[in-house]
Amino acid sequence: MANYTENELAKDLENQEYKFGFVTDIETDKAPVGLSEDIIRLISSKKNEPEWMLSFRLNAFEVWKKMTEPEWAHVHYKKPDFQEITYYAAPKQTKKYESWDDVDPEMKETMTKLGISLEEQQRLSGVAVDFVMDSVSVATSFKEKLKELGIIFCSFSDAVQEYPELVKKYMGTVIPTTDNFYASLNSAVFTDGSFCYIPKGIRCPMELSTYFRINAGGTGQFERTLVIADEGSYVSYLEGCTAPQRDENQLHAAVVELIALENAEIKYSTVQNWYPGNKQGKGGVFNFVTKRGICERRAKISWTQVETGSAVTWKYPSCILKGDYSVGEFYSVAVTNNYQQADTGTKMIHLGKHTKSTIISKGISAGKSQNSYRGLVQIHKNAQQSRNFSQCDSLLMSDQCGAHTFPYIECKNPSAKIEHEATTSKIGEDQLFYCMQRGISEEKAISLIVNGYCKEVLNQLPMEFAVEAQKLLAISLEGSVG
Amino acid sequence: MIKIENLHASIDGKEILKGLNLEVNAGEVHAIMGPNGAGKSTLASILAGREEYEITEGSILFEGKDLLELSTEDRAREGLFLAFQYPVEIPGVSNINFLRTSLNEIKEYRGENPLSAKDFMKMVREKSTIVELDSKLANRSVNVGFSGGEKKRNEIFQMAMLDPKLAILDETDSGLDIDALRIVANGVNKLKTPQNACIVITHYQRLLDYIVPDFVHVLFDGKIVKTGTKELALILEEKGYDWIKESAAV
Ligand SMILES: Nc1ncnc2c1ncn2[C@@H]1O[C@H](COP(=O)(O)OP(=O)(O)OP(=O)(O)O)[C@@H](O)[C@H]1O
Ligand SMILES: [Mg+2]
Repeated sequence: MANYTENELAKDLENQEYKFGFVTDIETDKAPVGLSEDIIRLISSKKNEPEWMLSFRLNAFEVWKKMTEPEWAHVHYKKPDFQEITYYAAPKQTKKYESWDDVDPEMKETMTKLGISLEEQQRLSGVAVDFVMDSVSVATSFKEKLKELGIIFCSFSDAVQEYPELVKKYMGTVIPTTDNFYASLNSAVFTDGSFCYIPKGIRCPMELSTYFRINAGGTGQFERTLVIADEGSYVSYLEGCTAPQRDENQLHAAVVELIALENAEIKYSTVQNWYPGNKQGKGGVFNFVTKRGICERRAKISWTQVETGSAVTWKYPSCILKGDYSVGEFYSVAVTNNYQQADTGTKMIHLGKHTKSTIISKGISAGKSQNSYRGLVQIHKNAQQSRNFSQCDSLLMSDQCGAHTFPYIECKNPSAKIEHEATTSKIGEDQLFYCMQRGISEEKAISLIVNGYCKEVLNQLPMEFAVEAQKLLAISLEGSVG
Repeated sequence: MIKIENLHASIDGKEILKGLNLEVNAGEVHAIMGPNGAGKSTLASILAGREEYEITEGSILFEGKDLLELSTEDRAREGLFLAFQYPVEIPGVSNINFLRTSLNEIKEYRGENPLSAKDFMKMVREKSTIVELDSKLANRSVNVGFSGGEKKRNEIFQMAMLDPKLAILDETDSGLDIDALRIVANGVNKLKTPQNACIVITHYQRLLDYIVPDFVHVLFDGKIVKTGTKELALILEEKGYDWIKESAAV
């Protein structure tokens, strides 16, 4: 049971009969463009939300109106016009393409390279309704298993309806509506996302993946995720998938809140592969995400991310180490190629005594891209005997790309121990030549060297995810040495 | 095996090889000696396919193929091996993974099936004894934190694994202690067959006591200026290169 993974589950169910063979006719239902109190009221009423949810949104909107878009990040882009966005279009169409032939050949090729089966490719691109329904049946059996253990894993909207007390109690407690421009915007207009609750003392026996969540449809533009691990519980949560994700929405502003109660552990892994734009830097998704977790006594939160997509990434998964002896970890690989820009890192806020954090960041820049690490380690007055270890490495694949490191340390307790290491290296012609002299092709050599460089981070990912992430890194960097 | 004719090569506009001729047949061992900066490593790099060098004149035939037309990796797959003077470190990539990738790429090129994990590990055990390489090193990252001597042994271990037709050893003896020198040299000897050949670049006659060459060449100022049998190495040891420089200058 312990090793039961989604892949195995999927395999188990592969030959099962088609159980839920109904197709619902989906009508599109779109709100007018633009953002106003009325639009928010419309979203809330469309989703049949309780009063408290609406006031949460309106409150956030009031806050947001007074805020300005942050400019401190090392990224340049044309600011989105927030009145040009459609904030509500639902139910989200699952069928993006009329037929398999309509799917972008480049996307097909990439998926093939990733070793994704044709069937799965079609499912991922949302072509055939049958395949979507297939995954629904898989997800249903998956849910049965979780239900036996009392684990809740559902869409955020369902949670608002079915578990209002839990949502009310925890939503916005880690990332308040006032937190930042994008988080406030998300709080006002989010349409859906995931909700997860692990009861006391339960170890979730499988990796929870948004991939298998019912109603996941396309990932929303303003997604909201809330994961609560009750005392002594454990969960490993996977977000995203390695297949290239295209989206007509340019701006993505998600919020993810993690709550690890006493002795609980949350492992949150992300592979982000949004459309990065073309080789000339046209198009691509702006990914402005706020992710933060709070740890009570002896709890642990571990963020692992492999970021290869998006034109602009702005993302700092962070940990508030509130309880004594709590642990925060951040493992990150961020790859930028062509004209991509990434400003990513973490914040480790040490409040409790004997708290410990580890930061391992591996930046890889190729083409004309810009890759920045931005990290804050904050040791508060009462955080006796706290420790942090940070290692930030940058690997340059070309002469035209940039790697930047902005480590900030604020220490108010003299008993704390903080270590910071940083290196910058250029992918060695010598290393490549050495590999090639042993018969290894340049492409394989790059992938070997890059994967070796990222090993500490990739090791943190669940097995299948790690294998796919490795392939993804290789594809993102294809032909990038120069 | 290999025939180099009138090879001229330069880097950044500076000519390093200036009309080099060399022919090596299967079953032979050739030693190349010569003062620092003469162009020995340059020759090795060019044979292996390093791109920075510009070949301005001459030809290289390897097993009847135009070597200069082949990519670096295809040269390796055709059976050309270079034991580096300065082996490169690759952090995070285990020796095992590196060698398995290498071996399988070569096999694929030759239309052979890849080795199973079991057969591969068996081969690793067998071959590592040839150079008495500590089996722990196999699981460590390629050359990272290896001592100078361990790096050189690792090169010969890789050579044993890949079983090349032509092996070029660039100062494999430098940095080895006396015992290691004997072990590595014996390893090279064990790998010797009538079907393969070896070019040994060295500064010291000592190595040639173990790996006995059929020919000794002196490379000076981008050319082979003298060729002899193993006795030439003894003379060089005794007299140095000055007498050759003088005769070459005339
Ligand atoms: N990238 C380069 N740019 C300019 N000159 C170079 C470059 N690489 C090599 N050279 C020069 O080419 C010459 C030959 O170098 P090479 O390394 O082949 O000598 P060697 O015979 O192997 O010497 P050693 O015995 O010291 O190993 C030297 O003068 C060296 O400085
Ligand atoms: Mg040399």
